[in-house]
Amino acid sequence: MKASAPELTKDHAKGGIPRRHWRIGDRIFSNLTLVFAMAVVGILIGMIIALNIDALPAIRKFGPAFIWSLSWDPVKESFGALPAVYGTLLSSAISLIIAIPISLGAAIFLVELAPAWIRAPGSFLIEMLAAIPSVIIGLWGLFVLVPFVRSPIEQWLGSRLGFLPFFQGPPFGVGFLAAGIILAIMVIPIITAMSRDVMRAVPASQREAMLALGATRWEMIRRAVLPYCRSGLVGAVILGLGRALGETMAVTMVIGNSYALTASLFSPGATIASKIASEFSEATGDVFIGSLVELALVLFAVTLAVNVVARLLVWRMTVVKTTRE
Amino acid sequence: MLGMSGIAAGFGILMLALILGYTLAHGIAYLNLDLLTQSAKPAGEIGGGIRNEIIGTFMLVALASLMAIPVGLMAGIFLSDFGNTRVASGVRFAADILAGVPSIVVGVFAYAIVVRPMHAYSALAGGVALAIIMVPVVARTAEESLRLVPNSMREAALALGITRWRAVVGVVIPGALTGIATGVLLSVARVAGETAPLIFTALGSFFGFQGLLQPIGALPLLIYNYALSPYSDQNQQAWAAAFLLVLMILGISILVRWVSRRRHT
Repeated sequence: MKASAPELTKDHAKGGIPRRHWRIGDRIFSNLTLVFAMAVVGILIGMIIALNIDALPAIRKFGPAFIWSLSWDPVKESFGALPAVYGTLLSSAISLIIAIPISLGAAIFLVELAPAWIRAPGSFLIEMLAAIPSVIIGLWGLFVLVPFVRSPIEQWLGSRLGFLPFFQGPPFGVGFLAAGIILAIMVIPIITAMSRDVMRAVPASQREAMLALGATRWEMIRRAVLPYCRSGLVGAVILGLGRALGETMAVTMVIGNSYALTASLFSPGATIASKIASEFSEATGDVFIGSLVELALVLFAVTLAVNVVARLLVWRMTVVKTTRE
Repeated sequence: MLGMSGIAAGFGILMLALILGYTLAHGIAYLNLDLLTQSAKPAGEIGGGIRNEIIGTFMLVALASLMAIPVGLMAGIFLSDFGNTRVASGVRFAADILAGVPSIVVGVFAYAIVVRPMHAYSALAGGVALAIIMVPVVARTAEESLRLVPNSMREAALALGITRWRAVVGVVIPGALTGIATGVLLSVARVAGETAPLIFTALGSFFGFQGLLQPIGALPLLIYNYALSPYSDQNQQAWAAAFLLVLMILGISILVRWVSRRRHT
């Protein structure tokens, strides 16, 4: 009898009667909601199919070589994705290098250290940063950040660390470095908010046990809090990466839009998203448009994989939270 | 080390202050009545305004809401009240994935399903692109707020003898209305600033709304085009447009905050 109890309550919530005996109105309504819910799934599947169809001319012409080809020549109709893929990965990597310490620091501050009256407004302000549209951050980046990156940042890096290949070449201002910094500004609120939630899920008993052993606050955070929520934090960072990879407008406005493979962070470049944004409306011919759509397909696949991994990691952490509370 | 974390949090808030402060201070300086009430002049001529783009943004957001809210709300009702666990978790997963798709890819998709078959850039295509971005946000927030309505309310309604769908429409949805409205507003704030999916769907136009199947301008598109323009007059109009857009979006975000906090306390 006891084993069937949960089953009973589940049925009870839905009305207790099997669906086939429901009133006709109820069946129509519930099927209607099902249709709309399936529309959400349909959009996603339709997206995959439509992108594949439109990319077909490029897929047929270039095959897998599209991924590692360097050229982008609309006149000869020869296209390759490598510089855009490289630019996407490079700018995202720069952004994570900048954003991870700042976001984790901010999250630690908001969860563990800040006095209660700072926590809510502090979180609110950092979340506001995420609400600012990408194009406005790009506008600010173009007129304020880029001149600042040109000098002093790039001049200083060039004169001190110029022996490294990353910091050689003339300081343009626009380029991978500016794009990476802009992206960092955009992913900081995301990583901060996610890791704050994940750290909050660490049970107080973990902290108290550590403090009772005589640990300082910093030791408590480093030895008890961070290891406990490590997978959740990784998930938060990957979620930020997913955003950085697909971010378009701000990057397009500050990266300089050249299509080359260089080690220098000072040089202008392109990302997948910026390439699509800056050329799609002017593209002509099936192969040119197909190549841009294939770039979109690559971006879709990468962000899909990244988001799935992030969701699984964060989800595991929040499930721990709900079972413990 | 502990001090460093305070500095990190301060840095995040400082970036917000820098960007917001600069945009607001710069934008308000170029804001005037002509800008709000006139349409654009050809590049190089001084003056002109962004009236048509303001209208365009409202049109596009309204169009997107018209398509996305019914779909999102119904999907949310399915997830909270009618879905069996397996189908529902599949839909939930699809919605989460859809929410993570870069907006530029959504734009390419809208181009493929609307612009290409119709052989024209159009307001409709822009609306479809924005709607696809709105749907998962509306669906998940609607689901969450519908779930917050206590089951006892549903049972009380059913016990009075009304049918399930009347209970959902008459009792559950009204109980969750604040939450649903919050989600809708949040998604509006998100899409009002979207640029990437509009570049090759709505395309932009200086003539305002000319019908669903004609191109239409929008504030984010104008900011993008004018920011890269060599004319300083257009740069200044970009700042003014940015001011309006930020004001609108932050206004909505703060309103949503205020409403949802009042609900919880």
